[in-house]
Parts: sequence; structure tokens; C-alpha cells
Amino acid sequence: MSDQAPKNPVAPINGNLRADKVRAGDLRGIDELDTPPMRLQFGPSHPATHGTVKITLDLEGEKVVWSDVEVGYLHRGFEKECETGYYYQNIPYTDRLNYSSPILNNIGYCMAVEKLFGIVTPPRCDYLRVIAGEISRLADHMLCIGASAMELAAFTPMLYLIEGRELMLDLTDALCGARVTTNFIRIGGVSADMPENFRDFAMERIDRAVKLVDDAHKLLTDNPVFRRRMEGTGYLSPKDLVAWGVTGPMLRAGGVPYDIRRVHPYLAYGDLDFEVPVGEHSDNFDRYLVRMAEVKQCRSMILQCFDKLPGGPVDAHDPRVRWPAKGRVFNRMEELIDQFKLVTEGGVAPVGEVYHAVEAANGELGFYMVSDGTGKPWKCRCRAPSFSNMSPLSKMITGGQLADVVPTFGMINMIGGECDR
Amino acid sequence: MTADNLPETPAPPKPELSPLLQKVVGRLGDLVQEHKSASGDDRIHVARENILDAARILRDDPELAFDLLLDITAIDYLGQPDDFATNLEVWDENRATMRRQPQRRHELVLPPRGPDPRFAVVYHLTSTTHSHVLRVKCRVPEDDPVIPSVASLWPGANWLERETFDMYGIRFEGHPDLRRIYLYEEFVGHPLRKDYAKHGEQPIQEYVGPGAKEPRRPH
Repeated sequence: MSDQAPKNPVAPINGNLRADKVRAGDLRGIDELDTPPMRLQFGPSHPATHGTVKITLDLEGEKVVWSDVEVGYLHRGFEKECETGYYYQNIPYTDRLNYSSPILNNIGYCMAVEKLFGIVTPPRCDYLRVIAGEISRLADHMLCIGASAMELAAFTPMLYLIEGRELMLDLTDALCGARVTTNFIRIGGVSADMPENFRDFAMERIDRAVKLVDDAHKLLTDNPVFRRRMEGTGYLSPKDLVAWGVTGPMLRAGGVPYDIRRVHPYLAYGDLDFEVPVGEHSDNFDRYLVRMAEVKQCRSMILQCFDKLPGGPVDAHDPRVRWPAKGRVFNRMEELIDQFKLVTEGGVAPVGEVYHAVEAANGELGFYMVSDGTGKPWKCRCRAPSFSNMSPLSKMITGGQLADVVPTFGMINMIGGECDR
Repeated sequence: MTADNLPETPAPPKPELSPLLQKVVGRLGDLVQEHKSASGDDRIHVARENILDAARILRDDPELAFDLLLDITAIDYLGQPDDFATNLEVWDENRATMRRQPQRRHELVLPPRGPDPRFAVVYHLTSTTHSHVLRVKCRVPEDDPVIPSVASLWPGANWLERETFDMYGIRFEGHPDLRRIYLYEEFVGHPLRKDYAKHGEQPIQEYVGPGAKEPRRPH
């Protein structure tokens, strides 16, 4: 580096007098060895991040003195697309929001539409949704911990946890025939009841997956290298977490017990007995521990759901949103009309607007639907947890070491599909 | 049946305010232009000049304590009458849902726009202590799409307001760093506005920002 002021205009560095003087060309009183801060482009596709995001860093040695986070590399117009489809046609798009836990997105969207239409789902459907959603949450947490550990050069836990995630994807496969792009939840119900013997099949696989998580826990939690990189890094005070709109495991790691499943119980969560794990230090290590504890809670919730699973239908079969069975369409008048109306004008929603939020793997996933009284939403807004959780990243990494960027980003668990929509 | 010979129906009794709206309306007083509870959601309308005052009270009052800003977005009511009304007939009690066909929306003769401006900025607030949710709406006119920024109260509003600016072109006054967040700076138009065609394509514009004339890799 030369002793000249940098050619590229460098963004302001708060409170860094030396860098400001160098930029202004005023080199008096500055040691000749002093260099202007180095501009580092971290991303958009970087091997140490799992997600497409560009972080611009100004470094003095290893210290981050200024940073800027740019998202939007995966923006594909989710909301515009939803405005041009019928309500039931938009469910597959929601699979692509948070693609590591797609069923939770399906649930969020469908529950918002049900609230708009005023549909009440049968109890068996609620329990099945909880089972499917918690399986999805298990898969998401395993992927998050595994990928973050791998970025900190701990490769073996990643292999264990990816194996556990594969077991969870097998269960999604058994439920709906797809591993990632599930499209399992429908408005007013689920696409199909669970297969026979699903309980034994699921519990055996979940127990294996939890054992793999335990193995990873033995490798990571007391590992001095892992702890030194996680403890105390990425700190944000609980007050700041709330002010920045952070939700989910990140907020709970700061000691704020805000969990939608507890404060606004939906589906069957009001009947289940579960704990909301909270941390106390609000650093990356506590975020990791909260996710580890949630894995245990997920297993317990799924077991309780299997025990309490009521009988009955799994679908409300509301003709405004659900296609009738083909055999009935071909033989009966009413069902033929229903199908014709659904194809030509979609289910007609009442005029109004609703907001409904569910607890997704990364935090509060809300859908805000505005209906103008036709079959297509006038507006379909997705409140994505990753987006709000990413916004304080710049604040969290500025002032720290370059190496702390990686675990902080990993524990935010930014999913491009959801953050950029 | 036309509007003239409709029988005089007595005005429906004023619905009871929900417990949250009682507190909010009692505390904000005249700042609330309109309030409504529907489908379990509570919402208030606030004039855009008053949004900062109202937001400060909502955040700081211990009874309300809306400390967590969930979401900021906007709605574009282009060409639609207020509250999406079509005509009096469809508001008949027995026919709550409308008979409007989506394909034929352009054929319908809609009543003219009411006094409400084209855009509405929508805030969703919640409280980590009382865990209630409130929606605040502010109408913003088309010819002057400006609204005060709430980023000074909730720093999380920073990115949400940038996104709303990017998608709807609504400018937030007092925002620390208002630039596009998803799309690139040279993009023309605001894609979530209703007059931006879904299939509207535009060539990628040349980069004109800082350092554009320098070689791509100076080192």
C-alpha cells in the first residue's frame, strides 16, 4: 500500500481520526508505516458463508473498523408473483422462502389465508401440522449448527448433522413425497394424512437424529477452539436486539423469552407442554446452545403430538379454496361447479386485511394479506425473520475481529430465499 | 335497485372497542384518525405528520410498550376505491363477498377514488412484555410520497424503510441512509407499484456509482 490517500473513495469511518486524516490527504503527524484501512469484499459468494450476501469491510490489521452489508442477490419478486396468482397457487412459492424448513413457511402462509377466509381447521390437521413443522425445525437447526461448525473448520460435526438432516428429510418424503419443495400444507388442511406406521418410522429416525446431535454436542460444546470463537463474539444487548426487530433463537439467546408458540399459541401448541430455552449472554455461543436445546424440545413436542393425535378428517374441505376429489367432480353437479369456479376465478376472499405470524426456525414469520374481494391477493407481504435478523449484522461485527464475522453470520442463519424474497 | 330507493337502514350500533384499542385510543387521543378491529387484528390510522409523535407514545408508554417493530411495508391502492368498495349492491348484508371477477377487473366501472391518497404505509408493532400486536396505517399521496422515518425510534426500521423505498418509491424523511436494498441503484421504477407490469423487463443499466470510471481491479 502506498502512503497516498486511497484512490477509491472510502466510506466514512466513525470516530477513526487517523483514517479520516489519511483520506483527507493530511499526513502530518502520522507515522510513515501507517496505512489506510484495507477494503475487503467479503462475498457475495464466499466459502466461509452459507448464503449469498456481500459484506464490505474496512480492516485495520484484523480489526473491522467499518462495514456495510448488502443483501438482495436472491431477490426474485416473491410478493409481485403472489399478487398475480390465486391464493392456492402461491403455496409452492412459499417453499422457496426458507428452503431449509419449507413446511414452516407453508404453515405461515396457509394460516394467514385461513384467517382471511375465516376457515377453521380440524384438530387432527392442527396436530399433523405441528408434527410436520417441528420435523422441519429440527432439520433447519441441524443445518444451521452443522454449517456454522464447518465454517469454523469443525468438519466432523457437520457430517453428523447433515446425516441427521437427511433423516428428517426422509420423514418429509414419507409425508408428502418431496424432500425440500414440500407443498404439504394446504389452505384449510394438509395434502394427505400421514402414512400408516408413521409414528414408529418417525420416532426411530428422530431418535437417531437426536443421538447424532448429541454426538455433535460432545464434539463442539466443550471444544476449546469452538468456544473461543463463539463465546463473547457477535454480542448485541437484549435492548438492542428488541429495538432492531430481532426474533427467534437470536432474541431468546439474549434472555428475552419471546416465542410466538408461547405468547400467541396457534395450532396445537396451546395443548403441548414445552419449554422456551433462553440464554443469558446474547453471544454466538448462547445462540448455539439455544438451538441445541430447541432440538430436544422439538423431539418432545412431536412425541406429545403423536400421543394426543385425534382422529377425524385432516382437511376442512372448504370449497372456496380446496379442489374437490376428481371422482366427485366427474359425477356430481356441485363439485363440478366448485372446480370450475376455482379454475376460472380462484377462491373469492372477503375484503379485508389480516396479519398472522408463526414461529419459524429463525424467528417470527408473518404474512400480511390484503384482499380486494377477488381470487387473487391485492398484496401478500412476507415478514421474513432473516431480513430483520440480518439488519444489525453491521453493528455486531464492527469493532470486532475479522474472524468473528464468520460465526456471527453463521448464527444469524441468514437464508437468502427468505431474506431477499 | 338503485341507491336512491334503498330502504333507510338504521346505523349499526357502534362496536365495542377491543381492550387494546381502548388503551391505544385513550392514550393517543386525537392522533388517531380512525380505528378498526377485524379478524382479531387491531389497527389505527394516523396522519403522516403525526406518525413520529404517535410512534414515540406507542413505544414509550408503559401500558403499551410497543418495543418491537415487526414490519414496515406499503400498499398501493392504484385505481381502487376506498376500502375496495364496488357499489352499494354488494354491501348487502346477505352477500358479504363480492362478485367481482379478477379477469374482468378492467371491465368493471369502479366508483371513483375517495378522498384517501394512493399509498398507505403500514407498520406492525408488538410488545415483548404485553405481547399485543397493533397495525398502524398512514396514507401517503402519490404526488408527494414522503413520510417521516421512524428509524430514530426503532433502528430496525432502517432496512425495512429502505425496502419500502425500493419497492414503492416512498421516501422516508430523516432516514440515515436511504438507498435501494434489493435492486441496484440504476434500476428504473419501483416494482411493487401496481402500474409496474409484472413482465416489464428492462436492460441492466450501466453502473454509474463511485469508482465507475476506474479500472475494475486497480490493484
